[in-house]
Amino acid sequence: MPTFVYMTSCDGCGHCVDICPSDIMHIDPVTRRAVNIEPNFCWDCYSCVKACPQNAIDSRGYADFAPMGHSVRVLREEDKGTISWRLKFRDGREKHFESPIRTTAWGSIKCASEYEAPSTEAINSQELAHEPDYLKTDQGLPSITVDQFIKYELAPASAANKKSKKISTQAAE
Amino acid sequence: MAGKKTVFVDSDILVIGGGFGGCGAAYESRYWGRDKKVVVVEKANIERSGAVAQGLYAINCYMGMRWGENEPEDYVRYQRNDLMGLVREDLGYDIGRHVDSTVHKFEEWGLPIMTDPATGRYQREGKWQIMIHGESYKPIVAEAARKAADAVYNRIMVTHLLMDKKKPNRVAGAVGFNVRTGDFYVFQSKAVIVAAGGASHIFKPHSAGEGMGRTWYAPWSSASAYALPIRVGAKMTQMENRIVLTRFKDGYGPVGAYFLHLKTYTQNGYGEPYEPAWRQSIEDMVGDYVNHEPVPTCLRNHAFLKEVEAGRGPIRMVTKEAFKDPHKEIVGWENFLGMTIGQAVVWAANNIDPKEVNPELVMSEPYVMGSHATCSGAWASGPEDYAPDEYQWGYNRMMTVDGLFGAGDTLGGTPHKFSSGSFTEGRLAGKAANKYVDDLGTNPPEVSEDEYLELKEMIYQPLETYRVGRNEITAGTVSPTYLLPLSGLQRLEKIMDEYCGGVGQRYMVNEPLMMRGKELLKMLKEDLANLGADSLHQLQRAWELHHRVLASECVTAHTMFREETRWPGYYYRGDHPKLDDKNWHCFTLSQYDERTGEFEMEKAPVYHLVDDVKQAAE
Repeated sequence: MPTFVYMTSCDGCGHCVDICPSDIMHIDPVTRRAVNIEPNFCWDCYSCVKACPQNAIDSRGYADFAPMGHSVRVLREEDKGTISWRLKFRDGREKHFESPIRTTAWGSIKCASEYEAPSTEAINSQELAHEPDYLKTDQGLPSITVDQFIKYELAPASAANKKSKKISTQAAE
Repeated sequence: MAGKKTVFVDSDILVIGGGFGGCGAAYESRYWGRDKKVVVVEKANIERSGAVAQGLYAINCYMGMRWGENEPEDYVRYQRNDLMGLVREDLGYDIGRHVDSTVHKFEEWGLPIMTDPATGRYQREGKWQIMIHGESYKPIVAEAARKAADAVYNRIMVTHLLMDKKKPNRVAGAVGFNVRTGDFYVFQSKAVIVAAGGASHIFKPHSAGEGMGRTWYAPWSSASAYALPIRVGAKMTQMENRIVLTRFKDGYGPVGAYFLHLKTYTQNGYGEPYEPAWRQSIEDMVGDYVNHEPVPTCLRNHAFLKEVEAGRGPIRMVTKEAFKDPHKEIVGWENFLGMTIGQAVVWAANNIDPKEVNPELVMSEPYVMGSHATCSGAWASGPEDYAPDEYQWGYNRMMTVDGLFGAGDTLGGTPHKFSSGSFTEGRLAGKAANKYVDDLGTNPPEVSEDEYLELKEMIYQPLETYRVGRNEITAGTVSPTYLLPLSGLQRLEKIMDEYCGGVGQRYMVNEPLMMRGKELLKMLKEDLANLGADSLHQLQRAWELHHRVLASECVTAHTMFREETRWPGYYYRGDHPKLDDKNWHCFTLSQYDERTGEFEMEKAPVYHLVDDVKQAAE
């Protein structure tokens, strides 16, 4: 369902413009408020709805298959670490849901370069960062050998199995 | 285009696309390359970009080796089985052996992973899936990537890769433009990792009005994963292996948790089971593959399609029983709110409460991507410690172009990576790119000024074409001299739908249809020179269309080359209606020649893990 913006709530801050993955939330030059310029490229992802500090953005089911009169509202609270939903059906029934969004403080992830630098030989190993510890198996990184692979042989008689073929994008004669 | 500022950015490792593959590449590039300059360039904003922008409710690729749940070999068997025998088992094993360490890192970073209170283990949704509260999955992972990179350039649409001016077949960087400022960007880099998105909107979607954006895969997945490497001659594989998905109608809400965790099931419009009735007809097409467990995704689609064609639709998901359990009802709704909000909206709008109504399912239009139950993408070198010689030419995850690496949707032959596997593949590419850069020594690649200036002219041309053409007409969208990006996109979707196996043809193709399709694609490609863009936003749409058209040509070439029906339920060759292991138990490879516009096709062998050869050969 594509998003739209309430005139009286939007203050033109541009958070939605900054976040939209589809680049369709823009600031209207006349009203100086946000507007969805291409509803038919809207994935209904709610990134803009969640990002709006004024709760000015809402969504209405796509006109080609959604009857009117419903609403799906969301409140994403980073401080609380939760997201809350309120669904209203066309016939007025409501449903409420709340889920956690993160278990650690925002910004708390340790940078890849804050870990002790790997040895110079380690680049030639097959282990990735934090392995094998982070596999949590105490078995080391699993491996196999090349002789565990066998080639599937196609029927030898078929000429088609040997030749390569050019497929032109030029128009056929 | 005089007046457009040119910005030069040098790096050791350039990551194109900041989705899960790109974030993994950035993290690992930094871990191994403390002194290296790592740059990420992203079309949108990495905080909410890529296929996981709106979140996920499950991690669909997790072995659980620490609890003895699965081993990498089991994962390889699963991939092979689902893709009807044809996967790069070396690459799959590699994902399988590393992916758990990725998921454990996600949990440490703050991703809420559900646990099973009885066992204390991660809550399984199915054999490979674990359940998460993933609304902020992407922002969490993006935080790690932002910290790892020297710089993240958001809102830059990368249009072309640049090749080294000294050494043939070696990548040297990329060009693009800033969608906000219009500045032209020249990225020069020793190694390049393409981690862009697969392709939605190359086939006409069911909803062609306002709802055309509510596709299964994100509308911003514009085939850059393919167009960038195709143009510079990287070999591509399995591009014919488009995917069609069984999903809840109109919102494309996912069915995985419903089938696996909630134990809901499907029935036809008359409340009858239908899959068993089609078993024999499937066996006639594909032989023993129908007896594999779990039944491959495409074959289940086939039964759905045939049942609807027989006039016994609509197919419904039986939810009424499961949703009586309040816990399951919550899971059912939160599943959508966490990753496909549009489906919750469709149900609210239609007064569909799955407790009372069994909701309709639909078969989607085709998509081309490389990380779900499908494996289109570039042909990449395998891991050094065990990959067969024919799969190995240097560095892990390097394409057939020197210095050009890939991850996620970009690389072919590796299905079922999903979010965690794509991130893991980015990590593999990031480490390998570090090694490649170390080995380059004092002979780094250099971009050619002639090349990027020529591209600059071409990239901004749609703005000029529009400016001039606009003065010819009074108003409106109809011009005799320019084509708007949306019009071009709709033409592409119609061509692919009608001539390359879209929903309008019930996924049916044959050689005469595709020959005509190729002619139409060629004329569309010529017309792209006349694209008109009234804004930088439309300039982005214009280049997304270029990428989609080139990828579509490649898909068509591959589909023509494979003379069999390998994946009934994804598409059908009317002229070769059966699976043919004797001649086609192999990969299809293409290499594009930009000068001639031709794709050179060849076959590449499939290697199976030896313990399983019997099963694969049956």
